Amino acid sequence: MTTVLRTEALRKVYRLGSFASRVTINAIDDVNLEIESDEPVIVSLVGESGSGKTTLAKTILRLIEPTSGQAWVHDQVVTGKGALGRLDFMKMVQPIFQNPFEAFSRYRTVDTYLQETAMKIAGHSAAKARDAVDEALSSVGLEYADVVGKYPNQFSGGELQRASIARALIPRPRLIVADEPVSMIDASRRMIVINLFKALKEQYRTSFLYITHDLATAYYISDYIAVMNKGRIVEFGAAREVLESPQHDYTKLLLESIPTLTKKWDRPEHIVPERAS
Amino acid sequence: MIELKNVVAEYTTKRGRMNAVDGISLIIPDGVIVGIAGESGCGKSTLMKVLYGDLGFPLQLATGSVDYGFTNDQGKPVTDTNIQREWFRKISIIPQSSMSSLNPVIRIREQFTDFPAASRNKKATLAKAREFIQRIGLPPESLDAYPHQLSGGMRQRIMVALATFLEPEIILADEPTTALDVVVQKEILLLLLDLQEKMKNTIIFVSHDMGVHYQLTHRMLIMYAGKAVEYAPTEEVFSEPLHPYTMLLTSALPTIGDDRAREGLPGRPPSLWDPPKGCRFAPRCPLATQLCRNEEPALVEVRPGHLSACHHIDKIPGLRAELSRKPTLDEMDATRLIAQAQKDLQLEHEGDRAPDGADTAAEPAVVGLLPDGEPISTDRGQR
Repeated sequence: MTTVLRTEALRKVYRLGSFASRVTINAIDDVNLEIESDEPVIVSLVGESGSGKTTLAKTILRLIEPTSGQAWVHDQVVTGKGALGRLDFMKMVQPIFQNPFEAFSRYRTVDTYLQETAMKIAGHSAAKARDAVDEALSSVGLEYADVVGKYPNQFSGGELQRASIARALIPRPRLIVADEPVSMIDASRRMIVINLFKALKEQYRTSFLYITHDLATAYYISDYIAVMNKGRIVEFGAAREVLESPQHDYTKLLLESIPTLTKKWDRPEHIVPERAS
Repeated sequence: MIELKNVVAEYTTKRGRMNAVDGISLIIPDGVIVGIAGESGCGKSTLMKVLYGDLGFPLQLATGSVDYGFTNDQGKPVTDTNIQREWFRKISIIPQSSMSSLNPVIRIREQFTDFPAASRNKKATLAKAREFIQRIGLPPESLDAYPHQLSGGMRQRIMVALATFLEPEIILADEPTTALDVVVQKEILLLLLDLQEKMKNTIIFVSHDMGVHYQLTHRMLIMYAGKAVEYAPTEEVFSEPLHPYTMLLTSALPTIGDDRAREGLPGRPPSLWDPPKGCRFAPRCPLATQLCRNEEPALVEVRPGHLSACHHIDKIPGLRAELSRKPTLDEMDATRLIAQAQKDLQLEHEGDRAPDGADTAAEPAVVGLLPDGEPISTDRGQR
């Protein structure tokens, strides 16, 4: 068994306020995750806003330095003490962000990003880089002609998000960290990108860390689910097990709060107490 | 009862005029919660603006009328021309973003006495407000807070309180819980349901989340590219929809416990600058025939209380059977997954390269909101 992703006592503490009125916030608090699998997997990280899921993702992406602890991807230290060199790290772990219009600079054409990723990170020669770009684009349903010379604002949202997925695929990373990648896409077309992730997992044998607040897509897409609350992972397990028979109270609360299409909510009687006479 | 007669709402822009709502006739009975659903750019927010009477450049009512079914102080019937005088008293709105709707520099208690419909007697109003916000589960001290001192959920409760304070006949809610987490969303929606049951007002509720519609609404209006395509009791919209768009929209949603593979709805709504002459859904519809491309179907009552605009209602059970035969996730092996993804992407690609091109698309898939709730177009050259 290979370890796809492992974190050990990962912690990020923010200190706010002045010396006299210091407040510390444990954005992620002693996170220990271990995902072992020989096949590539999709792991969902779910939780409400403020639960620390984005902080954890950013820590694994090295955008945030952890206060203490370490994280491994395929037995290589990616963050914390003794971490990999920057270039080796970028070959292994790649990000997809929520809003592609913010991820790409509006003053640069999108194809320069793809070219640069192929040459500087994946280490292709200029001649080979074009092939790598073509291949990545075709696996997300785009052609080179669609992106060349175009600035981000000339794309539709779905198209640009797919271009950013293609960019992440070029170095053939072992892990792609996708932070709310479909929340800005219309519900009717969201499933196209979700199905694409499932297909890419098989095609590129890349694992995904999918960060979302939407439990229904998490159920649909993932092999494993980690539920976060207040900086801690409160429940972790196989996706179907966690969502079909949740053990932790917080997971149950989350599941009960989803507006489902199958069962109407129970109506507690005391929301609006009668006017006191 | 609210009666909309052939409402056409148009925006005046540099490129000319565009009908965001294009001929909607509808009757909304009293005391029900009506949900409006559709993709972004289908005109649901514009319809809300028309209903609220919030008309003004660049939006105007080109033709049609709205009759609200009640009279004003002078005994005259209230229509789209004089609804503005009834704001807060008879009709109120719960906007999407509470942060940009509350005045940031005055305390919450001042917002309760700040609107023109509020009583002159500030003391009495405040006492009433204090009691009212306790009823909806907020501490009375929150009246003394500034908006930024409250959490998003509390602010949205304040918005609900402001909108229901004068017990209006009609409440419009435009995605009131989109910015909130699911746990808080449930609280707010249950609160709204409870208040509606006590006050018996009509709520018109816009949301893109079909689950929220199922939980909250009694009737639903499904819109597509400025047109009403289906109007029916909520239960029937989900159990036996009579329009292929409704069916594909609801079947595209993953559900916990349901392992059938889902497909998105590839392609995009037609450009509203140059809408197709027949049924607007025809380019994306699996049932479309030559008739659909040439002739626009009318919204007709198919069953009592269930209206649909489709030429091929008889073929819908077949489509439904086909959708329910979808393979489960376990049956989708790697090759099938990849083939499916490639097929969808191909269709998306054709949609993006449609003759009218991406730059004339009705609205881009990604929109943000300006503080006043106007969508920010991320498309090129439209602003």
